[in-house]
Amino acid sequence: MMNQSYAMAWLTENKKGYFQYVPPAFITLLLTIGQLSFGMLDSYINLVTAIVTAVLTEWVLSRWVFGIRKNLSSAYISGISVGILIRSTLLWPYMVTSMLSIMSKYVLRYKGRHLWNPSNFGVSWMLFMAPADVAGLSIQWGSNWLPLVVIWTLGFIIVYQAKRLQVTLAYVISFIILAYVRSLIVGDTFWAELSPLTGPMYQLFVFFMITDPATTVSTPKGRIWVAILVAIVEFFLRLAHFIYAPFYALCIVGPIAKYIDLRRQSIKTSTPVTAFSQVAITS
Amino acid sequence: MINNQQRSKWITTVVFVSLLVFTAFSSRKNLFHAEEQQMQKDKALKEFGFYLQPITQQAGINFRHQSPVLDAQLKHIEAQIASMGASVSVVDFDQDGWDDLYFTNSRQGSQNALYRNLHNGKFENVAAQVGLANLNDSTTGVSMGAVWGDYDNDGYPDVLIYKWGKPELFHNDHGKRFVNVTDSSGLPKWVNANCAIWLDFNNDGLLDLFIGGYYSEKLNLFHTHTTKVMPESFRYANNGGRKYLLENMGNGKFKDVTEQYGLNSTRWVLAAGAADVNGDGYPDLFIADDYNVNELYINDHGKRFIEVGRQAGIGNIPKSGMCVTFGDINNTGKIGIYNTTITEKGVLVQSNNYWQPTDASSSSSSSYPHYVNLAQLAGIDDAGWSYGSQFGDLNNDGYQDLYVTNGYISGRKGTSYWYDYAKITSGNKAIIEDARNWPPMNGESQSGYEQDKVWLNTGKGSFTDVSQEVCPYMTYDGRAVALADLWNNGRLDVVVANQNNVPVLFKNESGNHNHWIEFDLHGTVSNADAVGAKVLLEWNGMQQIQVVTDGIGFSSQNSHRIHFGLGKSTRVDRVEIFWPSGKRTILTDLQADKLYKIVEGKS
Repeated sequence: MMNQSYAMAWLTENKKGYFQYVPPAFITLLLTIGQLSFGMLDSYINLVTAIVTAVLTEWVLSRWVFGIRKNLSSAYISGISVGILIRSTLLWPYMVTSMLSIMSKYVLRYKGRHLWNPSNFGVSWMLFMAPADVAGLSIQWGSNWLPLVVIWTLGFIIVYQAKRLQVTLAYVISFIILAYVRSLIVGDTFWAELSPLTGPMYQLFVFFMITDPATTVSTPKGRIWVAILVAIVEFFLRLAHFIYAPFYALCIVGPIAKYIDLRRQSIKTSTPVTAFSQVAITS
Repeated sequence: MINNQQRSKWITTVVFVSLLVFTAFSSRKNLFHAEEQQMQKDKALKEFGFYLQPITQQAGINFRHQSPVLDAQLKHIEAQIASMGASVSVVDFDQDGWDDLYFTNSRQGSQNALYRNLHNGKFENVAAQVGLANLNDSTTGVSMGAVWGDYDNDGYPDVLIYKWGKPELFHNDHGKRFVNVTDSSGLPKWVNANCAIWLDFNNDGLLDLFIGGYYSEKLNLFHTHTTKVMPESFRYANNGGRKYLLENMGNGKFKDVTEQYGLNSTRWVLAAGAADVNGDGYPDLFIADDYNVNELYINDHGKRFIEVGRQAGIGNIPKSGMCVTFGDINNTGKIGIYNTTITEKGVLVQSNNYWQPTDASSSSSSSYPHYVNLAQLAGIDDAGWSYGSQFGDLNNDGYQDLYVTNGYISGRKGTSYWYDYAKITSGNKAIIEDARNWPPMNGESQSGYEQDKVWLNTGKGSFTDVSQEVCPYMTYDGRAVALADLWNNGRLDVVVANQNNVPVLFKNESGNHNHWIEFDLHGTVSNADAVGAKVLLEWNGMQQIQVVTDGIGFSSQNSHRIHFGLGKSTRVDRVEIFWPSGKRTILTDLQADKLYKIVEGKS
């Protein structure tokens, strides 16, 4: 009881501090449910390689480039996302994708902020540019409803706590509406167009990638419009038969939106932020 | 400090860009590699010691496979559902000492073909004369494959035709004609099977049957009452057909002992292989499952089967298990298991498996081997959309090479169904299992126009892809492959059955003077076909093990004879034969380049 009271007190006083550990805990839970229920991982070595590479890259670059100690939870999320989202018979793609993901935060920046969600950049690049070595998590996961319900429920609670519920909802509602429109255009059933949303790739996408606080824009209204725009770009990519359409859509829309947002912010405040002097806690 | 930061930034940027370039180049390099020009035949003969010359038409084989016609409700994805049925089995049905070929067809009204070997490189279709041609209709179903086995030990191989429909058993009347004995045999009424093998699971000297269901046996795909016929998951489906273990009672009847023996799962079986992998004298069962993990059933002294796939290390990662074949690629004297899967660049990376028993297996106290997957290390993991495969020493250098068929659906060129396939198969059970939700294929390709793989064993634990060099470029949708010495010249020839197309008979043309030895085993106490017997050969400081099977690969059956390449050796030091009955035959100092007929109990 005493320990519990101390713990509650700490959580109350350090709400922001503890919350940064919630997403990593949730993605670990998602992975655990997937692995225990269905054995979703092809290999633990691949996952560990991706996580360790991401964390090490973050640790080294944060000290070397910025000269600071950075919380590694976001690198952990990037690593675990890479480990789950890509498939390869080789080990090096897991290593390189994690490195590219984390390094993108340090190289592709504007006004001191990175523009791409790290794992979105790494995974999108590898899927598009290295198809002979890498495939994506498009085809797998179990078929039962229970894990699906648990993950969606927990996911919504987490994004609500992170104040990004509007992003997830805007995207999911847009996807469902556009799935219906697509079904009218291509002639496939609505369920066929909705099908991807029930898979694990989208669960990672709607709860971890598109909601990433560091790469979403500054206003709630803006975030909703960006999410809708991502769904619209994905709509067209899907019509063009891109299997990994959501990743590519976010990879295209996300940085443009972030760039515009940062630019507008700097004009408003007229206080330019020095590159490399400001480091955000990002995933 | 600023300079240091700038330097760090620049170095990071350079490394970052380098990685971007490296990853992009890596994939392109692989693609360029696939476009290499083919090697000339003469050069292949000189460099690799053999060339696979297609001689299908010259040999008089004019068979063409046709896919079945399904219920109208499944028409929009018929190309996918009806994507199997091209099978080939090698059998000496008339016992004249020359292997013959049997091809199944799958369209209602189409005919199967039995090509009798005329001993001169020509074949004659005698299926109609002997009663094995007209077996495909909507009432009894259509053929998916055939396995030959002498179930009554009369010296002539009988045949089971497994179908999407009623399995049919034909008794071989001394190579003259075949009598349909299905009605009195006790076989199941309807199975949507793509796999069957003969095995003697209780070592009573009578061949028993294993039939693996693919689609549920409750479905009639030609007149279906439901569109919920598809797998409930791409990787975890348990709504496939049931298995059948049928015990030969010795009076022409077979008894269903499936439940009693513990083969109760309902996964989507595509292939099975029987061999004694744990050395207790009883044949164990490896089952390749589509849409789920594979299964390894250890035979508990003929009394029951115990599934140990996960514990043995082969049943952990769900893949599309398409085929099983046994090999000994490193000449260890231990039986390895090769299992084909699906790989499509950029979409699906499964990779084929070669399960090698570990050294710890032999000293382990457990009743099953432990396996390690050597496919990637050996370079035989990435083939394409693979189906059948067979090990055989194609250049007689003493190491087993590997032939793998490839290609799923070759539709309109420049099209791909993969986007729609990925879209639907990532979804929940309620969506994926209903064919109505599957987007129509509209003649699109899916992993079509792929070339089969020929992998040459280097003898150093790895293989070289010589597909482009040792045969002409062909991109049929390969299904079954079988190996046999059709010319009785000590060379393994290759026969491939292609879906919706003509088969290909490759004559193995030799470019070296390597030696060989072959064995034709006949059981007396054991079943007459000696199915399950193991042959361990020792020569020139090397050893290799092979198993007698009646059905192995995907919808295929190899020659009953066991073939070993010997390289430059002209003699074999020792041969040990482990008969299913428990008897052993040991032969020493055998001369190479001969076929030895070995009868159990006789020296």
